[in-house]
Amino acid sequence: MKILAIESSALVASCAIVEDDLLKAEFTINNKLTHSETLLPMLESMMQISGIALSDIDAIAVSAGPGSFTGLRIGAATAKGLALALNLPLIRVSTLQAMAYSLSLVCDDVICPVMDARRSQVYSAAYRFGAVVLPEEARDIHEFLKSLSEGFPEEEDRSFLFLGDGVPVHSETIVSGLPGDVLFAPAGLNRQRASDAALLGAVLYTRWLLKNGLSAAEVKSIGADGISCFDDTVMNSDDFAPEYLRKSQAERELEDGTLEDAGKHSLKKMQSGIVRTPRDGQA
Amino acid sequence: MYNVNAMTDKEQNLTILGIESSCDETAAAVVRNGREVLSNIISSQIDIHTLYGGVVPEIASRLHCENINGVIRLALKEAGMGFDDIDVIAVTKGPGLVGALLVGVSEAKALAYALHKPLVGVHHIEGHIAANYITHPGLKPPYVCLVVSGGHTHLAVVHGYRDFELVGRTMDDAAGETFDKVARAVGLGYPGGPKLDKAAREGDPHAIEFPRGEVRDHPYDFTFSGLKSAVLNHINMAQMKGETISTADLCASFQNAVVESLVTRTVRCAENYGYHTVAIAGGVSANTALRRMMLEECEKRGMECLYPEPVFCTDNAAMIASAAYFEYLDGVRDDAFLNAQPNLKLGSTGSHRI
Repeated sequence: MKILAIESSALVASCAIVEDDLLKAEFTINNKLTHSETLLPMLESMMQISGIALSDIDAIAVSAGPGSFTGLRIGAATAKGLALALNLPLIRVSTLQAMAYSLSLVCDDVICPVMDARRSQVYSAAYRFGAVVLPEEARDIHEFLKSLSEGFPEEEDRSFLFLGDGVPVHSETIVSGLPGDVLFAPAGLNRQRASDAALLGAVLYTRWLLKNGLSAAEVKSIGADGISCFDDTVMNSDDFAPEYLRKSQAERELEDGTLEDAGKHSLKKMQSGIVRTPRDGQA
Repeated sequence: MYNVNAMTDKEQNLTILGIESSCDETAAAVVRNGREVLSNIISSQIDIHTLYGGVVPEIASRLHCENINGVIRLALKEAGMGFDDIDVIAVTKGPGLVGALLVGVSEAKALAYALHKPLVGVHHIEGHIAANYITHPGLKPPYVCLVVSGGHTHLAVVHGYRDFELVGRTMDDAAGETFDKVARAVGLGYPGGPKLDKAAREGDPHAIEFPRGEVRDHPYDFTFSGLKSAVLNHINMAQMKGETISTADLCASFQNAVVESLVTRTVRCAENYGYHTVAIAGGVSANTALRRMMLEECEKRGMECLYPEPVFCTDNAAMIASAAYFEYLDGVRDDAFLNAQPNLKLGSTGSHRI
């Protein structure tokens, strides 16, 4: 069973193929290039160099968020286009859970992926032994640290392993805000990678196959369009949308009554052609 | 890899899947040989953006991402086709909202790669111009085309299918944007263009004489900011004096001023270039007063005046597939590096030729 994964939720653009419990190929770039100019060229190169055919892929895993709104959509639209063309299922993988998954299986630390969400917030969650300890949420870094401290009051040997691009932004706060050992993941393990999304995607896909009494080969021969037992994790590409964890600024303003003449604002932006939604730069 | 050498025989039938997501419509269409529309699916988001008084880029981008596969699937279904029947994938690469464009561009690149089809990135304004090839299958360059919409006011001389000379553009607001702003000021709401057009039908276009802006030494350029200020001043003055103003008269007079600016320059341009065909394109080309005055002024001069059916005036993917047909025949191919180009200028397509 071969799973292709796409990861473009933050500054990293990455694609990978996992076959059963082996990583067959992975291309990763973390050098501030625009994803729209890197992701698909990387995928093409990876397929060509690895000699793996697109037609051998069983399902596509996509890092669904949270993250940069634009980055998530580049990954989502790429994955949706591939799945539509190849008639394959899409596997929704939480970006934060993918980052933590492998680490949480090989040590007993509390794994804490933190992605910088600006305004002193982090997209964050905590995992241990493959399970969710604190659910993913956009929250203040102090609030996250407080929840962690309260969540593990009795264990004296607790240690927290942090990773993600929220670490360099908040490292001092993290060290001073938590009792016990705080570890920071080293390079190679401290940012998003498509191999993580592919590994977790393969686990989720296998679970879904078992639940529905299907084999990967059966799904492949029926094609995604002929499958009726999809759920929130394994789905038809039509039904996939990123998990932003945050509403757009205009929606928040509409809800709390502070929306001021949005039309004027957005139309002016259209005219000038310079459009940057507040808060979410183009990844 | 991209099958760049396929279908170079110009006599062959070309079936193109077009994808458009530059603003607030998610659209896909299947078009044969640039002029025959086999399907044209448009998922409009207007009801949602109306809540905010205008297009919110982040919301538009999210909805594109949710809806795009369903829209493409429906376009194929209505055309009675599968991906195997498609020869080329075409997509709007700009100008437009960058986040919105990126959804269509990313999707189209993935489709083209996975299906081994050639990819053509299309300029949105060239798409609007091409809408006239769909409604008027006999239309051939050269002609003069006025492109007017919420985001664009361009006067282009179309020397050839891919040879555009941008001779005039707005110095400030786009024509459609001015409609939206005036409509909001008189309480008609969003979208302003169609609502103002309707209100103006009951009014006297000569009730109030608003100024027509001219741009010195640039006979084909447009300016609407002076007009917009004059209209807003007129409303404020009336309010201060406690006078009631006729919304119909105000709309009709304002619309007349905009339309006259658009028509005089377009006709002037056609006369100076010695071309006998004038075309209008873009969302505002559905405006009834613009169509009427352009027709009258063209008739007076023995010129032909063309405009697309209403469904091809506003953003759609059929026009993108149509424009892509002429690009493709001219050798334009894009690859996996294609990016959204929010500020793309007309005539600078950025595509490479083989």
